[in-house]
Amino acid sequence: MHFDLTEDQKEIKRVARELLAARSTWARVREAAEAGAQYDPALWKELRELGWPGIAVAEEHGGQGLGAVELAVLLEELGYACAATPFLSTAAAAAAIQACGSEDQRTRWLPALASGEATAGIGTRALCADGVGADVLVLLERPSGEAMLVTGAEAAPLEAIDPTRRYATVSGGDGEPLGSGGAGAVAAGDRIRAAIAAEVVGVAQRALEMTLAYVKERRQFGVPVGSFQAVQNRCAQMLLDTESARSTALFAAWAADAAPERLPEAAALAAACAADAGRSVTASAIQAHGGIGFTWEADVHWLYKRAQLDAALLGGARQHRARLASLAAARVA
Amino acid sequence: MDLTFSAEETAFRDELRAWLAANPAGAAPQHDEDAHYGWRREWQRRLADGGWAAVHWPVEHGGRGATLTQSAIFYEELAAAGAPLPANVLGLLLAGPTIMTWGTPEQQERHLVPILTAEEIWCQGFSEPDAGSDLAALKTRAVKDGDEWVITGQKVWTSMAQYAKWCMLVARTDADAPKKHQGLTYFLMDMEQDGVEIVPLKQITGESEFNELFLDGARVPEENVLGGVGNGWKVALTTLMNERSGLAFFLQVRMRQLLDDLIREASARGLMDDPVVADKLGELHLRCEVLRLTAYRGLTAIETYGQPGPEGSLTKWMWSDTNQQLTQLAADILGPEALTNGAPWAFELLRARGNSIEGGTTEILKNIVAERVLGLPRLK
Repeated sequence: MHFDLTEDQKEIKRVARELLAARSTWARVREAAEAGAQYDPALWKELRELGWPGIAVAEEHGGQGLGAVELAVLLEELGYACAATPFLSTAAAAAAIQACGSEDQRTRWLPALASGEATAGIGTRALCADGVGADVLVLLERPSGEAMLVTGAEAAPLEAIDPTRRYATVSGGDGEPLGSGGAGAVAAGDRIRAAIAAEVVGVAQRALEMTLAYVKERRQFGVPVGSFQAVQNRCAQMLLDTESARSTALFAAWAADAAPERLPEAAALAAACAADAGRSVTASAIQAHGGIGFTWEADVHWLYKRAQLDAALLGGARQHRARLASLAAARVA
Repeated sequence: MDLTFSAEETAFRDELRAWLAANPAGAAPQHDEDAHYGWRREWQRRLADGGWAAVHWPVEHGGRGATLTQSAIFYEELAAAGAPLPANVLGLLLAGPTIMTWGTPEQQERHLVPILTAEEIWCQGFSEPDAGSDLAALKTRAVKDGDEWVITGQKVWTSMAQYAKWCMLVARTDADAPKKHQGLTYFLMDMEQDGVEIVPLKQITGESEFNELFLDGARVPEENVLGGVGNGWKVALTTLMNERSGLAFFLQVRMRQLLDDLIREASARGLMDDPVVADKLGELHLRCEVLRLTAYRGLTAIETYGQPGPEGSLTKWMWSDTNQQLTQLAADILGPEALTNGAPWAFELLRARGNSIEGGTTEILKNIVAERVLGLPRLK
């Protein structure tokens, strides 16, 4: 039992944190967002050169040959930076196709996705992240949770409240189940949900850290507002929610590669936890920032908006709690 | 990252499972606290005979030198087998390790074996009416009289006092010390003497797990000072900081069993199709799993870095919150039969109210998280 990142994984995290702190500053995120949900082309180029989109793709298909945990590490850092790139959908779709796709699907899509030459969208027809201009879509069917590979669809831009990413509604196109359908396609969907949950952990972590820095600095009544117990209790709750999401997201990433039989439950845990935690932690961040937190000028709202859209991509917490309840009931029956 | 048990951990678990299967604790006596405690005492004797009473103790003192993970496995398996905690749990988890750290060779020789075998039960005399979360505010006094100390004062929330031979007692030996955590001394006090009066505290469940302790001229010989006169705060911190995470694993498994029982009850009533009930049970399942996962992350942090990470401060708070929600939901699902005196669910509902108070109130835990983990400034 060792429930922590390995030294290599910690090194990936450190490198990602440093790179994104330099390249994806709030000024850059803001610039992309205010340009009307544009991506940051220089950042995407750099991530491609580093081979990040193919982190969980086998070397034979042009990837780095690492796994779901390494992907989760990168996603947490990109969420932390709220980076404006199509990384989430492209890397998560590639990881799902690598793990669950047919030989044809792998040969067709993995080299281009791993290099970032092609991009993917993920989500549903009603809400597809990174769908505009994507070469392939991985759409999650409801309520089965199966992942479908869709090409030739029309992805119309959807002006979502989160302008740090491009969203679309999808119509038409040709779809086929990822892999041979059934349990394999559900597992692909679970991997995508686990990936989104990992991003949310980073979003929540950033919201917590920005809040701590702010409440230590901001003074009222002659003292830092962070010395007030009501503010402290809010921050403690933010930590609890963030760490809960981290425990489940890491478990899901680990299960995806090391214990696939536990993935259905692990992905539901991660999705339910992340959907709620992302929203509550980022909402608390706005509240703890007071009036400034409600302004466009402060940056916490990007995190709140990302958390809202991530929760929607996960389909909300409730369906995952229902799945957990039925799994638990089946176990004790 | 590896969330499976190592070969060594698996071997430990399998050996324990086999022993528990061959040595069932049997059914708990109902509605008779003394008989129930006697059952736990006998259980600890059997554990000690099998070498399982104190797996986390070093081998030279009769333990197995278990790692934290093995210790967690021990408590998980104990709960999973439906066995109770050993009777002398405070002796095993608190008194024994504190005596190992601070005790003279004579004190270790005298006390450790009877702790292990449950021959001598221990209780903890820390809390007082005006010193709960703020331990250093304690007022019980010890005055030197020849080669004995004479103790006067009151302790409260003393569990197992009625069965205890010994008490871990912290008292003030220097009232003039400049700071309140100075001038304290840690005593090993014999409970069987005239100056010690034990009055049971009836709690909201109607049971009496806890007692008040009235100390009026109780006497402690010099050789029963632990860790030196005036050093009581440091010795008490050893007791308080002692690794109790194993206990958390026991409680977490018990809560999981309670949730499984509730899911069975809901299924039997056809309520799993009610989306509101399913949603709440799904949330409780989530919280139980988050607790287990986070507790394991905490163990890894301690094993790797020698101290808990930020997650380590959260598990007790999560557990008490979740247990309260769980027992409250049982009242919704089962209706009046969960609210009837003598019904197990009624007991659980009432007992759960204590969870967010005992062993550190949730409010104080949040303060600790805010100040020590998040580094927020203390309000002056």
